[in-house]
Amino acid sequence: MIRNHRFSFARLWAMVVKEAIQLRRDRVTSAMIFGIPIAQIFLFGFVINSDPRHLPAAVVMADDGPSGRALLAGFSNSTYYDFTRRATTEAEAREWLQRGEVQFVVNIPAGFTRDLLGGRRPALLVEADASDPTATHGAIAAVNGIVETWMAQEMKGPLAHLAGRPPPVETRIHAFYNPEGITSHNIVPGLMGVVLTMTLVMITGLAITRERERGTMENLLAMPLRPAEVLIGKITLYIIIGYVQLGIILLAARFVFGVPIHGNLLVLLVGSLFFIAANLALGITFSTIARNQLQAMQMTVFIFLPSILLSGFMFPFRGMPVWAQWLGEILPNTHFIRVARGVMLKGAGLSSLAPDIMAIAVFAALMLGIGIKRYRQTLD
Amino acid sequence: MDSDLVIDVRNMTKRFGGRTVVNAIDMRVKKGEIHGFLGPNGSGKTTFIRMLCGLLKPDAGEGTCLGYDVLRESAMIKRQVGYMTQRFSYYEDLTIEENLDFVARLYHLPNRRQAVAESIEKLGLSARKRQLAGQLSGGWKQRMALAACLIHQPKLLLLDEPTAGVDPKARRDFWEEIHDLAEQGLTFLITTHYMDEAERCHRLAYISYGDLLVTGNASDVIRHAGLTTWLVSGPELNTLARTLRELPGIEQAVAFGETLHVSGADADLIARSIAPFMREPYLWQQVNSGLEDVFIHLMGTSSDNFHS
Ligand SMILES: Nc1ncnc2c1ncn2[C@@H]1O[C@H](COP(=O)(O)OP(=O)(O)OP(=O)(O)O)[C@@H](O)[C@H]1O
Ligand SMILES: [Mg+2]
Repeated sequence: MIRNHRFSFARLWAMVVKEAIQLRRDRVTSAMIFGIPIAQIFLFGFVINSDPRHLPAAVVMADDGPSGRALLAGFSNSTYYDFTRRATTEAEAREWLQRGEVQFVVNIPAGFTRDLLGGRRPALLVEADASDPTATHGAIAAVNGIVETWMAQEMKGPLAHLAGRPPPVETRIHAFYNPEGITSHNIVPGLMGVVLTMTLVMITGLAITRERERGTMENLLAMPLRPAEVLIGKITLYIIIGYVQLGIILLAARFVFGVPIHGNLLVLLVGSLFFIAANLALGITFSTIARNQLQAMQMTVFIFLPSILLSGFMFPFRGMPVWAQWLGEILPNTHFIRVARGVMLKGAGLSSLAPDIMAIAVFAALMLGIGIKRYRQTLD
Repeated sequence: MDSDLVIDVRNMTKRFGGRTVVNAIDMRVKKGEIHGFLGPNGSGKTTFIRMLCGLLKPDAGEGTCLGYDVLRESAMIKRQVGYMTQRFSYYEDLTIEENLDFVARLYHLPNRRQAVAESIEKLGLSARKRQLAGQLSGGWKQRMALAACLIHQPKLLLLDEPTAGVDPKARRDFWEEIHDLAEQGLTFLITTHYMDEAERCHRLAYISYGDLLVTGNASDVIRHAGLTTWLVSGPELNTLARTLRELPGIEQAVAFGETLHVSGADADLIARSIAPFMREPYLWQQVNSGLEDVFIHLMGTSSDNFHS
């Protein structure tokens, strides 16, 4: 007797089997699951332009001379660069770049002032995370202007003799992760998150409301099922569906758009598990709140738009106002896009993506908890 | 507590938006009993049954069902109850077999496949087990639903109009099976609008707009109503019926084929009213009131509280 009070995998499995049969017979939903990823991936072939400023940057300052500092001030004054961190070694700065904590590293090498005065043309190195080319494009283009303005000011006093000759510093710009700046390379990983969000939230969003509308809920409630068994049963099947969709997009990314996969695919697949579960749990929670299928659809749209607009998919995340970034941080899609771009474009590993994966997992657990709590075990 | 009582609830009350739909109803049903639950449309039968198995939360009331507390232990009650909903609520996009299999899995049935196969066999649907439930005719849906709620061998069956739309032969078979099962110790609470079915119940409860009006076996119910019924035959009964209905004391004058049932609660008043018509070509005869006469009488005495 008591055994039956606990969570039962047999009952969970009964739900999974039932849902699978229903899905197989539901042509429209099946078409949606497989059609949407394919259609979307080809539709979003356009370039989205934007010119974000105040991008986080780190500085590696091996020479603390006045000229270097003036140059750095020039970078700040351009409003593209916000120097949020100061690295002691170049490796440290590179690490931040890979984690996405900064988008640029400006490197003023040792002996900068000395070489400048001696006319030996020291190098100014600017490294950029170009995985999102629309975000970095403006800032990179501004570098030449910044250097010219700085020169015009510096060359007045003791350095006047350097004016007129070839530029006294050698500017090197290094674009990492997507050096060609191909937009589709950046869009396709993001699209993965968007497509999964849209279809998965919708599928489970309809799951409970459909039972209510068809009157099958009364029967389901009269049988000894626990809320967790109903909800997790409904989610389990769609996790597999989510992976199928992911597979379709990855294949298209690789073979249609030629997006490289620099990192470990396994990391992406692990991150995806939590992301898929997060969306399904969100949908389930919606459907416990919605009174009918229409309301469930409306809630899906409600989450879908921010997932496109605020997640860094459509507009560069750093280009958004701070409050929008805060909202974006809540969305699982924001973190998933970072994971997908990190793995595919930057070759980032589990350790640098762990915070994003954790954020997604927390969201999933929280949503499922709310869903189970909200699931009404009575008809009133 | 009397352990013989499968249902023992008191003061069960449900309100929807301030309107009392089930009003302080007590019910006691013994093991092995077939308890008929009757009442006009919208009187609260379905609502009462839903409260018994935990689908609706009562606003007041207490008691036990199968020995479990109806308010707190509905999870335990659900395990041993077979509830057949008034409206078909199995999956129309699953086949008969898949529906039964789903239910069998949910109740952890050992020998699941065999139980499902036997259930389909008994239903006489072996040839159509792969048909989608949604494509079944209304009567067959009812029969499938009944088979599904019996599959886990419940101790108590709550059947909400199980025979609505079922043909007479199937209805007879159904009632025979119910009596067999009751003999084996199963308990039934069945709602119905059919009088012949009401007569086949061991006990009856009649509820009208939330109030329990009478309980007892069929003859108790009839006696309790204290109704006098006359049978009259003759020409142009329709005209006679219209005339009689206007007279004091006559509550019903209803044609049954070649005869008219005339009844009312006050025997003397009715006798006085019909006296002028007790002549050729009419033939009068006083008879025992039937359940239907009683129920229609009961319906007339209470009114829908929809606006109250
Ligand atoms: N969920 C609900 N919300 C509001 N009112 C309800 C709800 N369910 C039932 N009612 C009302 O409660 C009353 C009793 O309904 P119920 O279904 O219990 O009647 P019933 O006796 O089963 O009728 P029938 O013979 O037609 O099946 C009706 O007036 C109905 O409108
Ligand atoms: Mg009803």
